Amino acid sequence: MAHLLQRVAQSRDAQAFAELFENFAPRIKAYMIRQGADPTTAEELAQETLLMVWRKAGLYSDTKGSATTWIFTIARNLRIDRLRREVPWQTFPEGQEEQASDDIAPDEAVSERERRERVHAVLATLPEDQHEVVLLSYIEGLSHSEIADRLDLPLGTVKSRMRLAYQKLRESVEDLR
Amino acid sequence: MTNKIEHHPDDSTLMSYAAGSLSEPLCAVVAAHLELCKACVHEVHAMERIGAALFEDLQGSPINSGTQEACCKAIGQPESNAKIPDEPQDHSVLTRILGSKLADIHWKRLGFGIWHHPIKLSPNCNGDLRLIKVAPGQVMPEHGHGGSELTLILSGSYSDEFGKYNAGDLSDLGDDVEHRPVSDSLEGCVCLIASERKARFKDIVSRIVQPLTGL
Repeated sequence: MAHLLQRVAQSRDAQAFAELFENFAPRIKAYMIRQGADPTTAEELAQETLLMVWRKAGLYSDTKGSATTWIFTIARNLRIDRLRREVPWQTFPEGQEEQASDDIAPDEAVSERERRERVHAVLATLPEDQHEVVLLSYIEGLSHSEIADRLDLPLGTVKSRMRLAYQKLRESVEDLR
Repeated sequence: MTNKIEHHPDDSTLMSYAAGSLSEPLCAVVAAHLELCKACVHEVHAMERIGAALFEDLQGSPINSGTQEACCKAIGQPESNAKIPDEPQDHSVLTRILGSKLADIHWKRLGFGIWHHPIKLSPNCNGDLRLIKVAPGQVMPEHGHGGSELTLILSGSYSDEFGKYNAGDLSDLGDDVEHRPVSDSLEGCVCLIASERKARFKDIVSRIVQPLTGL
């Protein structure tokens, strides 16, 4: 995916953009629906996310993370802005200090893919109670207090389950270096 | 920032920030801390990868054929039409949160030795965000926190049972913890405090003001 984003950034490649659209728009729409949007709004937000990808592609730097992570953060911020109508104070990992490199080094691409596989593998082995709170936080967009209400748990229990999940996931998602 | 930052947000708080599920006032305080703390920036990037993995696992929803066409057409338009409403990067995150520079804040007196400045949040947003300035050597009564509450020290310092909090440090105490902060004897302290619930702050103020007004 990173190479498609690079092509969009460097040569405003419409074909590469169409491929990004096909790959990401359906998942962004699904994400927005899980976050509480109706299907029409979800589709508009998917479209808007991809238009933002087109406009901001020049800010994308592969040194700061995978294309999927970058697009996820754009969708996340758009969701805070439009669905929750709050100010998203989260910044994009757009690598202001680092220049976008011309090409993604082949070994870097491999390790990025390996990393993704590791994250998925660890996610699959999380105990059900930890997996549940992580999913409610990231995909349903619930705050810790809302998760506590939903599951009828003390706030402290929700927070400790999140922490335990991160302790297991941490090694697989830390910066590669 | 000359001091080393020693107190950071809890991992669960940073995860909620990365997930985009932290409410606006808490999110603002974490963002202001991240501006000062590289270590937490790295954690947040790692945590965003968890979100990306979960996002990748989602079963896509079909997109109407016309939407892609419209979108691809839109990118064909001249770029000048596409005005990018980027946030002004020349201001610090803190300045954007406060809406002005810290030095230009108009403080309102709350009681003896304590001032505040409430910060406007989005209209539908619950919770509370405000600056607090405490005179040197002020002792705040022992108190617990009912819900999530974050305090970022902007200048000066305070101490409590958990240690000394200097500029850049963030206190992320759970709702089951009680503490009794004392502001620095020379400088006092200026903090940015967020709480998840609107009513929370009144409790804090009454706790602080109560002993001083003799109630």
